[in-house]
Amino acid sequence: MTAALALIALAALAALALGLVARGGRDMDLEQWAVGGRGFGWILVFLLLAGEIYTTFTFLGASGFSYGLGAPVYYILAYGSLAYVIAYFLLPLVWSYGRQHGLHSQPDFFVRKYASPSLGVLVSIVDLVALIPYLVLQLTGLGIIVTAAGYGAIPKDAAIWIGAAIVTVYVIMSGIRGSAYTAVVKDILILVVVLFLGIYLPLHLYGGIGPMFEQIAAAKPGFLVFPASGQSVAWFISTVLLTAVGFFMWPQSFAAAYSAKDARVFRRNAIALPIYQLILLFVFFVGFAAVLQVPGLKGADTNLALFKLATQEFSPAVVGLIGAAGVFTALVPGSLIAMTAAMLLSKNLIGVLRPEATDAQTVALAKWLVPVVMLVAVYFTLTGNATIVTMLLVGYSFVTQLFPAVVMSLMPRNPTTPAGAFAGILVGAIVAAVLSFTHATVGSLFPALPQAIRDLNVGIIALAANIVVMVVVSLVTTPRTVPAGAT
Amino acid sequence: MKPIHWLAVIPFIGMLAGPAVHNEVDPFILGMPFPLGWIAVWVVLTAIIMAVIYLIDPANREDAP
Repeated sequence: MTAALALIALAALAALALGLVARGGRDMDLEQWAVGGRGFGWILVFLLLAGEIYTTFTFLGASGFSYGLGAPVYYILAYGSLAYVIAYFLLPLVWSYGRQHGLHSQPDFFVRKYASPSLGVLVSIVDLVALIPYLVLQLTGLGIIVTAAGYGAIPKDAAIWIGAAIVTVYVIMSGIRGSAYTAVVKDILILVVVLFLGIYLPLHLYGGIGPMFEQIAAAKPGFLVFPASGQSVAWFISTVLLTAVGFFMWPQSFAAAYSAKDARVFRRNAIALPIYQLILLFVFFVGFAAVLQVPGLKGADTNLALFKLATQEFSPAVVGLIGAAGVFTALVPGSLIAMTAAMLLSKNLIGVLRPEATDAQTVALAKWLVPVVMLVAVYFTLTGNATIVTMLLVGYSFVTQLFPAVVMSLMPRNPTTPAGAFAGILVGAIVAAVLSFTHATVGSLFPALPQAIRDLNVGIIALAANIVVMVVVSLVTTPRTVPAGAT
Repeated sequence: MKPIHWLAVIPFIGMLAGPAVHNEVDPFILGMPFPLGWIAVWVVLTAIIMAVIYLIDPANREDAP
């Protein structure tokens, strides 16, 4: 147990040290802090973009999802790869526009493309509503990991406070560089841990991956294929498409694109990232290995499948190593989210009220807002508000609403007016929120339709409403004259 | 869109068609149930297709430093 605690503490210290070293004697002005001086090569951008693959959600959630629900988890493997295909075309355009106009955040992009500060405010609000629950999820995951890997010796609240403090310090000091540098260690650790667990556990417990799946198929018929209704094949296809489209609309990933040094960085990553995505298979294997070994976990406890199995099979030193990797999966994405949220608040919300603010004032304010963002997230984490899970679902469908307006703005002649983009995003977000909070499904809204259509991901309705409103409003409003050089 | 870019449609069709056409455990692919094995194979094929596009795409020569 002491070994486990020591490794977890070491991970926390290493994250802090690395986050601070990342600064490298640079003057952390707005360009350096928010977009790394736009000089990141393909490996750092790879790690920032891949950050999304291994958050605590993947580490705990994907194994728990495999354990609890079986086949529907496959969608996670599919959507990431397709998102990178979209990124091949999307991100070079976002990057070059960002470089040309000195953009630092996702709302900046909308403000400039549509020459509309009010659209920037709307996008900032949509982004914040999505980001805060995502940050809360990372902190909640951190609490679970440290408690489980530390055999309960570290109180959950203490772990959350310490984690939040570490992230706050290194984000203020090093900005996006802190996230990129800690991501190096995070990805090496997670690669080692996940490959080891995903290969060793099926081999040791079942005699191999094939035999493991054969035994599960025999014990739980239907568990390894999509069910006939609910999370069916129709659900799988619609969910993969929606999440692939929404993937790079997350403001932290979108803004990370500005940090690249050239456009080829993204195209090269469209080849490398799908392969990297395969590591997820091994997370699934761990979850599936737990199915017949630690049966009976229900609801939120399924997230503990990985740790239950690990503490059953391994010595505390190994459990500690898994915990150390887990700490990084919470802190690294957490740092990028916290920085993005602080940047949005400073530049795109408060900045609208004080347009005369200089870059130096904007970045100074953003740094002060990092602890504020973290405190809000810690508050929600500790109060354990049940609506936070719903909010996260809302968050995902919220950012997806930005996709149509982004794509239209990248066309040579954008037919969408600022009012059209604004109305579309607003309506899409409202519909998404209502659907999430009422737990509506396509089936509950339209019970008469065929089963395959009733199983479609409900997010499609919000996106459809968005597009219809965007088109109609664009047709009845006149395009604003776009300032020279803004296209 | 240059003609070569249309190759990027293939991963979408390939990835999603497998489970849609054959949602059964057997036959196993590389020790995995069919839908999972199919998706895993297509992840690799996606990378290969993107590599082909990358090599042919003139954009990667235009903005060479």
